Amino acid sequence: MDEIQDFQQKVRDAAASGTTLSIRGNATRAFIGRAATGEPLSVAGYRGIIDYSPSELVISVRAGTRLADVEDALARENQMLAFEPPAFGPTATLGGTVAAGLSGPRRPWSGAVRDFVLGINCINGQGDYLRFGGQVMKNVAGYDLSRTLTGSLGTLAILLDIHLKVLPRPETELTLRQACSEADAIERCNRWSGRPVPLTAACYSDDHLVVRLSGTERGVEDAAGKLGGERFPADTPFWQELKEHTLPFFSGDRPLWRLSLPPATAPLVLGGTQLVDWGGAQRWLRSELPADRLRDSVAAAGGHATLFRGGDRSADVFHPLAPAVLALHRRLKSAFDPHAVLNPGRMYAGL
Amino acid sequence: MADKPIIAVLLERLPERCVLHDAEDLRPYECDGLSAYRSMPLAVVIPENVEQARLALQLCAQHAVPVVARGAGTGLSGGALPLADGISLSMARFNRILDIDVANRVARVQPGVTNLSISTAAEPHGLYYAPDPSSQIACSIGGNVAENAGGVHCLKYGLTTHNIQALEILTMDGEHMTIGSAALDAPGFDLLALLTGSEGLLGVITEVTVKLLPRPETAQVVLAAFASVDAAGAAVTAVIASGIIPAGLELLDRPAIHAVEQFIDAGYPADATAILLCELDGSSVDVGVQIEHVNRVFRDAGATELKVSQNEAERQRFWAGRKSAFPAMGRLSPDYYCMDGTIPRKHLARVLNRIETLSDEYGLPICNVFHAGDGNLHPLILYDANRPGELERAEELGGLILETCVAVGGTITGEHGVGMEKINQMCVQFNTAELEQFHRVKDAFDPAGLLNPGKAIPTLHRCAEFGAMHVHEGQLPHPELERF
Repeated sequence: MDEIQDFQQKVRDAAASGTTLSIRGNATRAFIGRAATGEPLSVAGYRGIIDYSPSELVISVRAGTRLADVEDALARENQMLAFEPPAFGPTATLGGTVAAGLSGPRRPWSGAVRDFVLGINCINGQGDYLRFGGQVMKNVAGYDLSRTLTGSLGTLAILLDIHLKVLPRPETELTLRQACSEADAIERCNRWSGRPVPLTAACYSDDHLVVRLSGTERGVEDAAGKLGGERFPADTPFWQELKEHTLPFFSGDRPLWRLSLPPATAPLVLGGTQLVDWGGAQRWLRSELPADRLRDSVAAAGGHATLFRGGDRSADVFHPLAPAVLALHRRLKSAFDPHAVLNPGRMYAGL
Repeated sequence: MADKPIIAVLLERLPERCVLHDAEDLRPYECDGLSAYRSMPLAVVIPENVEQARLALQLCAQHAVPVVARGAGTGLSGGALPLADGISLSMARFNRILDIDVANRVARVQPGVTNLSISTAAEPHGLYYAPDPSSQIACSIGGNVAENAGGVHCLKYGLTTHNIQALEILTMDGEHMTIGSAALDAPGFDLLALLTGSEGLLGVITEVTVKLLPRPETAQVVLAAFASVDAAGAAVTAVIASGIIPAGLELLDRPAIHAVEQFIDAGYPADATAILLCELDGSSVDVGVQIEHVNRVFRDAGATELKVSQNEAERQRFWAGRKSAFPAMGRLSPDYYCMDGTIPRKHLARVLNRIETLSDEYGLPICNVFHAGDGNLHPLILYDANRPGELERAEELGGLILETCVAVGGTITGEHGVGMEKINQMCVQFNTAELEQFHRVKDAFDPAGLLNPGKAIPTLHRCAEFGAMHVHEGQLPHPELERF
């Protein structure tokens, strides 16, 4: 409890003195969101797996625990984090993973980080230690605040203990590649997603659609026979490189935008180069296009655009919110952090 | 009753057909699926469009009249129980499916549409809406979102929160906004998660975008009998530990099996102490492989009998028993009270034994039919409301069962919601600081506290009266916190 009380005291001191805190793990995702301000408060030392019973499909972990350590523990029991989170560095923590709310290639078929968060113990901006959700699969007692905290970039509370649902690893996985146009790739991915095809990843880059199938040996083999395409070696690093942004597409300093779109959206012609992930639902764009123009085009297609890496990080990095929704965000921020102590401005200015 | 000012105002500003205020017209609205709790509202407003709903909310806000939104009224926790000094806002006329977007696999629907009708409308496209609460032919999707409804298949496919993509809501002051988006995520806080399961305390839902999944190519059920509930519980753990996530995994104990078999012929072995129904779905190839696997696991776990559904009719028959469990209880007993605690599965045997002890102590029989895969218990307490004091005894017994769930690290409600029914047990599950945080979230949406007040989140005053500072196993939780 000493560590928790120490965090609580730091938050209360900051609130009393009118200073702010910049919550951090190992700073592998420091580039995400708007520039951090405030006195650094490290949660990296608050680490360790608290409880893991594989047959319960639940793991409870302290926020400073390295993501790699969590994934190793799960792999030993043939289980996984099904949202396949990117780490963006070997020292990434689980707290940062949940606070950033980013999910990897499996997301459209398995779910996002928030879908696997069962409970969070945290400290709000008043220094209160609070427990929401828990270690059970179904829990509708009280507002679902643990999911609300997921992806809030530390602006509402300091995440401490995190309870996650985990899943068994599939028996086997197979990667296939087909040459086709971007429009064909998007159409195929969405057609297959509407059928019982064991798809778990789908990316279009370099004039090829690359898909991953997961399931039983016989089920995957059967589906692969029907879809066709060139087979990758079983140990292909492709999905790892896509998830961690180490494919050549992601190198260089050109601003990187993340476009979140209805998956079947036809190819968006924007200035710059694109890589399509999530079967069309997440598209990466390297472009110097002005933010307003880009956002207008994406919003017209029903989506939103985030300046993921590079560019001007003092302006709006996330898609601007509708006025009524922004007003609600401000009131919610005050509900958790009335003195604006925690990561102020990291998500939106004034939040 | 039309002399009440709010009724006069509503009648003046809304079409007459949209405002019910005669006692006779209000009677059908006096309760929801938890019929032991009844209360007559001042009036029922049945808007036909967003503008009328907005106007009703604004008028109520101006006159400081509380509002309880209502879907089909099938909820089991009294969440839609009317307030004597408030109006009920029925969303029944918001009953259209607006769009089925096959390519993006989503449907935009109005909140009064029934759960099952979404799947029916999506069927020609090979798609369906996965959450399937047992009331799915009647319950509305708006109510499903408000309660974060589950169902038999949520072990594999998740709850409502995992299966919706966007909402349109009205706040109490009449602001209309979109939460979530047409994409898989939305910028800002995850308000979609916050609204889902908020039991009508934060906003009124006017539209829902649900995700549609491909219909599995095939589904088969393994029916396994066991000599004890403990053995069946261990078999559940063994299946999941072996790396399989069944589409559904349900347990019935002996009293439940007997009740069902007297009601319909589901083909359940009458001599079993517990049975498991394990459904596997997916491609025919995968299901074939998994059926073999599950049969092996159940045999190793000591199953005394195993049957695999050989065709769709037999699969439906196996499920018919499970689905008729509640009406079957209705024949055994004039009244029953259905609980909804969830526990970590490893404590299953301990909690079931405790339930049996409590049942003996209170002299009220309890049947167990539940979602074993995700540890969601539904003990049914059988009682007779015509016997003086028996309802109160049943409620007290139910309360103790829920507190047992909390004590082993579980929750007082897995899928039915807190509503009115479990409001006191909320004081056991959450401490003062946590309840205060909930109240501040409520204030952010509804500062005047007019949307469904008194439900879901108890006031600190109420908890003090309930005397909820229960001591579990000799330890006061969070001794550092101030007590009142």
